[in-house]
Amino acid sequence: MQNQAIQVKGLQKSYKKLHVLKGVDFEVERSSIFALLGSNGAGKTTVVKILTTLLKQDSGTATVNNFDVAAKPDEVRQSISLTGQFAAVDEILTGRENLIMIARLRHLKDPRQVADDLLNRFGLVDAADRRVSTYSGGMRRRLDIAMSLVGKPKIIFLDEPTTGLDPEARLEVWKTVKELAANGTTVFLTTQYLDEAEQLADRIAILHEGRIIANDTLADLKKLFPPAKVEYIEKKPSLEEIFLAIIGKKEKK
Amino acid sequence: METVKKHFLSDMGVMLERSMRHIFRSLDTIITVTIMPIMFMLLFVYVFGGAIQTGTDNYVNYLLPGILLIAIASGIAYTSYRLFMDMQSGIFERFHSMPIARSTALWGHVLTSLVSNAISVLVIILVALLMGFRSSAGVLSWLAVAGILALFTLALTWIAAIAGLSATSVDGAGAFAYPIIFLPFISSAFVPTESMSGPVRAFAENQPVTSVVEAIRALLAGQPVGNDIWIALAWCIGIMLVAYVFAMRVYKKRV
Repeated sequence: MQNQAIQVKGLQKSYKKLHVLKGVDFEVERSSIFALLGSNGAGKTTVVKILTTLLKQDSGTATVNNFDVAAKPDEVRQSISLTGQFAAVDEILTGRENLIMIARLRHLKDPRQVADDLLNRFGLVDAADRRVSTYSGGMRRRLDIAMSLVGKPKIIFLDEPTTGLDPEARLEVWKTVKELAANGTTVFLTTQYLDEAEQLADRIAILHEGRIIANDTLADLKKLFPPAKVEYIEKKPSLEEIFLAIIGKKEKK
Repeated sequence: METVKKHFLSDMGVMLERSMRHIFRSLDTIITVTIMPIMFMLLFVYVFGGAIQTGTDNYVNYLLPGILLIAIASGIAYTSYRLFMDMQSGIFERFHSMPIARSTALWGHVLTSLVSNAISVLVIILVALLMGFRSSAGVLSWLAVAGILALFTLALTWIAAIAGLSATSVDGAGAFAYPIIFLPFISSAFVPTESMSGPVRAFAENQPVTSVVEAIRALLAGQPVGNDIWIALAWCIGIMLVAYVFAMRVYKKRV
């Protein structure tokens, strides 16, 4: 068994005349968090779609959990779970029904128990029997991630998991992702937020104009820049810190 | 691959249960696919019926086949809508990235269309019985009626699939159904075609709905069905095959 959860070599993909991926290479270690960073339209989602068997590459190879995505898509699907850019939840069903549906599709023994456990873990017990259409954005995303954990897949793909979420919900998602990796799951996430990659990832790859232009740990990426000059300045709180502090106060009252 | 194939039926079951929940939780769907056709039936029997000359003494008997077809045509508009919503949300991608029989994401909707239309047809027939509908048809004739209605449903379902898979807006996904819902009005469903003016009559007598209506009407009345049943079957199967080929082509392009 190799130590790599994902291996990508020379991946290319074009849509008609648009050459999105021009030879992408990277590897993801097991039980790590790997962040693919890039601006909008850089091709992050295309990489995710190829790795999750939704799209076929034009050339190059990709293996996920040691299975080739083109040759053994069924085995790849056994090993993974995808939380796409748009919450992939059924709005008309309740949270519990959503989880039971996925557990049944994964042919698990006790779908109700699986659903109960995940509802507990994601703090959705009170909302479990409400239709998802009544959920807030953060709750929806939590359910979305919970649905991806049904059946304990080895590798989880999160495509821009916090886009459109408020700061609080964002912190919740971050916490969940860290817990996942701590429990041995490999997490592949894409993001356009630098601070998200900085907070979460063991390794960060930057996708730019169809190629990976940097791929390193945060510490090593920082070394690419000249050492910072030491200056003494008063630290101003960021708006995010202020926002969270004020809400925190309100909730305590 | 084997394990995936083995689960086709159970995966279909999950998909069917999911869409049936969608239907029973949507008041709008229930009103459109059963209450509306029943209202039409009441309207035509108790308001217009007195003025319509069909040459039969039981207008409910005459009307019922057309009402059933209108109900089915309204029903498949929602099949298209549900398919469109699945494509729009990420749920299709979730299903497709899971170790399930992939085709069930589409075929589940086809099965739902058959089951849900069967339910609304049944409800409408029960109401028709209360309104005086009587049939001397035997078991075989009823089975033939069920078969024709199922084929008609499948043919329209695949047209709905084309619309649902290729539409770019919710309105577009449902709009294709209006002309189909309208077709029974320009057929022998409500009035005999002999009473229509030249070109309209020619259209009415040669469009698929008339042959389907005539075949069902004859079967329910226990009369010889003649050629109508073969013309009806040819229309339904022909439309079904053509629509299926196009729907699959769109489907392959989209996923």
